[in-house]
Amino acid sequence: MIEPLLQTHGLRKRFGGVIAADAISLDVPAGEFHAIIGPNGAGKTTLIGLLAGEIPPDDGTIHLDGSDITRLAVHRRSALGLARSFQITSLFPEFTALDNVALAVQAHAGHSFRFWAKARTDETLRQPALAALARVGLDARRHMRVDRLSHGEHRQLEIAIALATRPRLLLLDEPMAGLGPEEAAGMVVLLHSLKRELTLILVEHDMEAVFALADRITVLVYGRVIASGPPATIRADPTVREAYLGEQQSAANA
Amino acid sequence: MRSGFDPRNSLAIAALAILGLVPIYSALSGDNFTLELFTRIVIMALAAVSLNFIMGYGGMVSFGHAAYLGLGGYAVGILAKEGIATGFVQWPVAIGVSCLFALVVGALSLRTRGVYFIMITLAFAQMIYYVAIGLDRYGGDDGLTIYKRSNFGSLIDLNNKTLFYCLCLALLIASIYFVARVANSRFGLVIQGARSNERRMRAIGFSTFRYKLVAFVIAGALCGLAGVLLANHTNFISPAMMYWTRSGDLMVMVVLGGLGSTFGPVIGAIAYLLLEEVLSRLTEYPGLILGPILLLVAIYLHGGISSLVTGKRND
Amino acid sequence: MLYVIEQVLNGVQLGMLLFLLAAGLTLIFGIMDLVNLAHGSLYMLGAYFAATFAEATGSFVLGAVLALAAVFVSGTILEVIAIRPLYGRSHLDHVLGTFGLLLFFNELVRFVWGPAGMTLSLPSEMLTAVQVLPGVYYPFYRLVIILATLAVAALLYALVMRTRLGMLIRAGASNREMVGALGVNIKLLYTLVFGLGAALAGFAGLMQAPILTVQIGMGENILILAFVVIIIGGIGSIRGAFVAAIIVGLIDTLGRAFLPDLLKAALSTNAALTLAPALSSMSIYMLMAGILVFRPEGLFPAAGR
Repeated sequence: MIEPLLQTHGLRKRFGGVIAADAISLDVPAGEFHAIIGPNGAGKTTLIGLLAGEIPPDDGTIHLDGSDITRLAVHRRSALGLARSFQITSLFPEFTALDNVALAVQAHAGHSFRFWAKARTDETLRQPALAALARVGLDARRHMRVDRLSHGEHRQLEIAIALATRPRLLLLDEPMAGLGPEEAAGMVVLLHSLKRELTLILVEHDMEAVFALADRITVLVYGRVIASGPPATIRADPTVREAYLGEQQSAANA
Repeated sequence: MRSGFDPRNSLAIAALAILGLVPIYSALSGDNFTLELFTRIVIMALAAVSLNFIMGYGGMVSFGHAAYLGLGGYAVGILAKEGIATGFVQWPVAIGVSCLFALVVGALSLRTRGVYFIMITLAFAQMIYYVAIGLDRYGGDDGLTIYKRSNFGSLIDLNNKTLFYCLCLALLIASIYFVARVANSRFGLVIQGARSNERRMRAIGFSTFRYKLVAFVIAGALCGLAGVLLANHTNFISPAMMYWTRSGDLMVMVVLGGLGSTFGPVIGAIAYLLLEEVLSRLTEYPGLILGPILLLVAIYLHGGISSLVTGKRND
Repeated sequence: MLYVIEQVLNGVQLGMLLFLLAAGLTLIFGIMDLVNLAHGSLYMLGAYFAATFAEATGSFVLGAVLALAAVFVSGTILEVIAIRPLYGRSHLDHVLGTFGLLLFFNELVRFVWGPAGMTLSLPSEMLTAVQVLPGVYYPFYRLVIILATLAVAALLYALVMRTRLGMLIRAGASNREMVGALGVNIKLLYTLVFGLGAALAGFAGLMQAPILTVQIGMGENILILAFVVIIIGGIGSIRGAFVAAIIVGLIDTLGRAFLPDLLKAALSTNAALTLAPALSSMSIYMLMAGILVFRPEGLFPAAGR
């Protein structure tokens, strides 16, 4: 039995009176596309924060490929092959798209205590960066300053930056938020192409995308896992319908 | 992000031209005062270049940078007083001490950010100021005269004012080039990235603390060199060299010239010090005019003086 | 032993002055997110106004009251003219702008009052010593400073915790945008807060005038100490400012009083004798460094930011 790539056990986190994560235990095998859904305030972004290392858990453990990363700093998790995209895009606005991605490549190209050679003409950094940009469809905009790109392009850039770090596990925090129908469809195609190359954990509200992409889905409500399994099972699960999909249905019918 | 030499920047050309012409003018006209004034300007420009490295490129607003002027100067002064007059010992020691202080202060201060960082660097500089006041043997509050400038034997006679100016200018130009190169290197991009979005930097795998610390030390060393030059220039060291308003002066020069631009600190130093000089001739109370000018610059000139010429903002 | 008690009280008294300054600074930073280097200038104005009005009216108390009013008014005028454009800007812009104000005020004071500074004498009734413990006497006026500041601290607490203005202040400290969105007159709130901070600083300045100094640049030295207090206490927290101010006041005073002798006794070399007075002035910075290592947010970090 191969160990899952990502394993959490009993993750807990409170913020004052709010329990954001309540004994979350997950197993994600390598190559799986795992989606996490739940109503607003369910603790999905907190979970990403816990997995990425920005939020220290009150209790519980996280294992990446067998190693305990529970107390590991953010940048060290990246070195172990964990990458993430941000719910509110987090980029380098005054740099070009290419610069943004090249920095991510640079982070994994040895140490950066090199003081003399011009980094922007370093092909060992530029080539992988261009490849990542091309993968997400942004290579035409590579010399554009990021603060002049559209929101949809920012979202694409987030993925490119994450991919440039050559991750094994990619955490995606609502990559479709704010995208129009065409852009969203494009994002789904992109994410679909990543399946099997990487392990992906996707937090999303867009149910069409989730059910189209996910191998397994976990449902979080008030920080607690109420169901976990293949899409068909989740769709049929009555507690899930009530807690979450039911809300969506009534909102859709209204 | 302006990141390389921009020779089209007319202000930069004008500034360098002025600085280059000063010794020639002074030799021809016998006007020593201008030479002395510009020597001080060039030295402070060097200090401003070092501050711009961490503040403009790195976003580390160090309000205690004058401490390194003092450390460099006091190293020279203390060694001179104890009988070690050779520059070959004085100058490396001065830079070494500056590096050490920057290492300690940086290691502590860089654990914080924003206004905390500003206050803490300020406090540490003030601490070293009080230490200097307490050093009775080396003049305490009154300061210490350095009778002989650093001795470099037959290499160069620093007592020759024109030669000294040229050395300072050469060091300034070398440091401008150095900073510009480092800013565009892998290291420099990490520093700039950390200023732009530190959270992102960590997420992609950079341990930003160590890089910022190294940058902080480099800036301290460069400013220590400026302190060495300053002590030689004035033949005098005193705690006032590192009083916090001096650090404020340096910050003003950097912002005035345009944060994070290659020649900004030089332009800022020239503008600020010349303004000070002109105002103190015009009136017995220069602060009444200089103060409001600084306030107006802070309110209206986001990009420093450079933005007046290029029309670009420097955020 | 008497000497120790006297120094402890002196430390508390210094702490009180620091608290007045730090409270204003931390309020202004907490509510308006403004770094104000000219805060020390208001302290200085308090002292100068007090000396001037006391001389003019012949009464120390009347002079003090007028000075307090004058500083409050000066503070509000300053806020409207020079500080408002700085709100929302980067802290660096604040530093630059208020540094300019600092230079301006130093020069203004020199222009109006001359370079020599002033003296303010206490009325003879206040020049007595009071018995604080059996056999231990302490100057009456210094006790007045301590008690007056405690009264101000209590008033401040009441203001912040029990009045509507205080509620707005607390709300503004944790969420500026929301308070604005609720339709509160933010401009007026900011002006009042700034005026309050100015009054606190001015009060400190006028209180210390008879026993310490009235001179140009007097604000700078104590301002740095006030910043250290805020760092140790936690930015935005008045309670933190109070505790930290007392700690800093005590450590600085006791350090200067006792450390040189302690060091000279412990290390008897010439180098130690040279360094001893210098090291004693470092004590609060050592404390600050220590806090930074173990608790960078300060002792009482204000919640929400």
